[in-house]
Amino acid sequence: MSFLHFIVLMPFLATILIPFLYKKWGHRIHTGWFVVFVPLTIFISLLLYLPEISNGNFIATSMPWIPSLGINLDIYLDGLALMFALIISGIGVLVVIYSIFYMSKEREALHNFYIYLLLFMGAMLGLVISDNVLALYTVWELTSISSFLLIAYWYERKKSRAGALKAMLITVFGGLMMLAGLIMLAMISDTYSIREMIASVNVIQDSYLFIPAMILLLLGAFTKSAQFPFSIWLPDAMEAPTPISAYLHSATMVKAGIYLVARMTPIFGGHSLWFWLVAGIGLLTLLYGSLRAVRQTDLKALLAFSTISQLGLIMSLLGVGSAAYYFSGGEQQELYALALFAALFHLFNHSTFKGALFMVVGIIDLESGTRDIRRLGGLMAIMPVTFTIAVIGSLSMAGLPPFNGFLSKEMFFTGMLQAAEVNMFTLEGFTILFPIIAWVASVFTFIYCFILLFKPFFGSLRLDQLPKKKVREAPLGMLVPPSILAILVVVIFFLPNVLSDSLLKPALLSIGPFTSLNEIPFEITAWHGWNTEIYMTIGVIVVGLLLFFMVKNWNSILRIYPDNLSLNSLYNSGIEKMESSSSSFTNFYMTGSIRHYIMYILIAFVGILATAVISLDSVSFNLNFKANVSIYDVSILAAMVVAAFMTLLTKNRITAIVSLGAVGYLMVMVYVIFRAPDLALTQMVVETATTVLFLLCFYHLPKFGKRIEKLPFKLTNFLVAISVGLTFTVLTLIATNHKLYHSISSYFENAYELAGAKNIVNAILVDFRGFDTMMEIAVLLIAGLGVFTLIKLRSKDGDNNETK
Amino acid sequence: MFDTLMILSLTILTVAILLNLFRLVRGPSNADRVQALDAIGINLISGIAIFSVFLHTHAFFELILLIGILSFIGTIAFARFIERGYAIERKR
Repeated sequence: MSFLHFIVLMPFLATILIPFLYKKWGHRIHTGWFVVFVPLTIFISLLLYLPEISNGNFIATSMPWIPSLGINLDIYLDGLALMFALIISGIGVLVVIYSIFYMSKEREALHNFYIYLLLFMGAMLGLVISDNVLALYTVWELTSISSFLLIAYWYERKKSRAGALKAMLITVFGGLMMLAGLIMLAMISDTYSIREMIASVNVIQDSYLFIPAMILLLLGAFTKSAQFPFSIWLPDAMEAPTPISAYLHSATMVKAGIYLVARMTPIFGGHSLWFWLVAGIGLLTLLYGSLRAVRQTDLKALLAFSTISQLGLIMSLLGVGSAAYYFSGGEQQELYALALFAALFHLFNHSTFKGALFMVVGIIDLESGTRDIRRLGGLMAIMPVTFTIAVIGSLSMAGLPPFNGFLSKEMFFTGMLQAAEVNMFTLEGFTILFPIIAWVASVFTFIYCFILLFKPFFGSLRLDQLPKKKVREAPLGMLVPPSILAILVVVIFFLPNVLSDSLLKPALLSIGPFTSLNEIPFEITAWHGWNTEIYMTIGVIVVGLLLFFMVKNWNSILRIYPDNLSLNSLYNSGIEKMESSSSSFTNFYMTGSIRHYIMYILIAFVGILATAVISLDSVSFNLNFKANVSIYDVSILAAMVVAAFMTLLTKNRITAIVSLGAVGYLMVMVYVIFRAPDLALTQMVVETATTVLFLLCFYHLPKFGKRIEKLPFKLTNFLVAISVGLTFTVLTLIATNHKLYHSISSYFENAYELAGAKNIVNAILVDFRGFDTMMEIAVLLIAGLGVFTLIKLRSKDGDNNETK
Repeated sequence: MFDTLMILSLTILTVAILLNLFRLVRGPSNADRVQALDAIGINLISGIAIFSVFLHTHAFFELILLIGILSFIGTIAFARFIERGYAIERKR
């Protein structure tokens, strides 16, 4: 166990302490103040690793978990992992501080909140620095579970529970797919370590499991990162408290899928299917999210769709960047690797501005009582600080200078323009769509960013429409975390290369086709001349502004699209259909009638046995019996058959009992014929006892509805009975004709010498195989006790029912 | 000669059982059927006795006694059931 392991496990250890702290101090000090030290410690300790990682090195350490199976807690801290870990712990600090002021000390169950949050934080940290795929999967599911718990934090609300369930179903579905993909990869490469998988990439690419593993992994990544069409859980997850939305559903968890795709790029990159799936789905998500975001009236829903859209953007860049693996060196490779670089850069930027925006929305919600943009307005004068942060965040998201979104948006356009020139994969013609979709989506991004900025802050303040009568600026503590993020947004614009050199380039080193830091040539510059990208940005601004001010004129077009064709209603009706069809299917065969169940059992018996006998072609027997059958035996058997049929065909219960008794008595005779005196004795006693028991039962049959009638004839019963009889007759004939070994009965003939008994049967029962007898005595004992208790308890129950 | 006689009597007893079975199947009342069952028991006793002589064994003698007792008990149970509607009386 190394220091890094301790860092990852620290949130989990802290969860144990929280209930005690909450109980002891919770009513005086907000529990968040204790919690904030955890991410702060993690963040500072991770910063200590920064110089080492920035030089292009990595840190690998291992702790045994299940060494016999090769499953260990392997940690691999490289540029990518460190970047994610810093985002997770850094924004974690800010979110905890924000939540101290957001979550009420008096009203909320804070210990639950912080336990879930720390569980999530630990799981997410473990996810990004884990090198072992099974450990990765474990924490991957832990993020799903803790996210489920956090979304349903206000579990008394129906919508929270519904949102949590939906997120759980979708992400766990993806998680299981991913597990299958990871196992396939482990099977191909014969290792659980991602690093070793990347080292044996040639073996993996030649395997027939390459494509299935790729698709399964992508399913996991797409569901977690809310890509189209699995994006539907993210807007519903907005029922969570706002700090959670800011942390999980914008900055960290939804980037787990991005992380997976980035991590797997060295393995799958360069393959056309990977390129088309990742880039294509990413662009589709980008367009879908931005179009849907424009329609939203709830601020958090708007941010949710914008998150979906921005995740699509990052995903498409990763897809385009994967083409870098197609080339070995040269200018082309560099150009595509730029897309990977842009993806990492935008990923970082998105975490900063989206976190700030969510916190802003939370402030508006808390101070005004609503998040509905139709009721909000004119908050600029009341909340100047919040407004400033919102300006920085939304303009950065829209991609305007002087904010970091501008830089990554420019690089995004560069990447997409580069993708338009892709000519090494099939379907070349479609690549021209890449920059077009990217541009259109950017226009809509611009529009919803302006909606986000203008609707709550500009216009007139309508106090009568707001639930809270006194709207005022948020407390300082609530403003500090988003301010830090906003400052970061501006600082990154002016000093992008500090971030680039320390974090982005090492991260690119771990996912791109480079061997050392010196090979990475990229410099982020705010201004690179009058090129296509800048014209595109100007176009976005002009068209976006035009459309924004005419929003009332065209907004109705977006509503033409019917709601019942949306993905959400598809999901809902799909779930409903699945439930109704599975319940009707279950009702179809689980009829509650024992007759049916016995039918299934017998048909299955006969089906399996008959198929086995026929398909093995073993129906062979001769009828040359060695025993000489006398007329006496035949007539006894004939009498038995008649009596048995009598039992079946009679319409009188007494007759059925009497004929059953006749069968039993004649069985005694059969035993005599075959020289089995002990069996005959037992059979006689048991037969009489059973008959008397039957008579006992008849006495208790209910008077009401007691009809003595013939059994109705049912063709299926008849056929099943005939086939069961036939099958077992044939089987018996086959079995008696195929005696492979001699019987061991000659051993028991020495019973007198071995056991001192002249009766072989009794010697076997009590001496040679006495255990069976003991257990049968136990069976009889249990049966007797059972009957006794049944009768006793029934009479008591009957009394109770009567008094009721 | 002796064996032939034995087999002949066995066969006759079997025919008797079959005829009893006819009464068991057709018997207009339940009492007829119970009588038939009782008679089958008696026939079995005789059959087993002859069979024992035929086989020169006395392993089946207990069985003969047992059938005698039990077919009696069975018939009594049936008779009580037919007459009173129950086979074993309740104490209460």
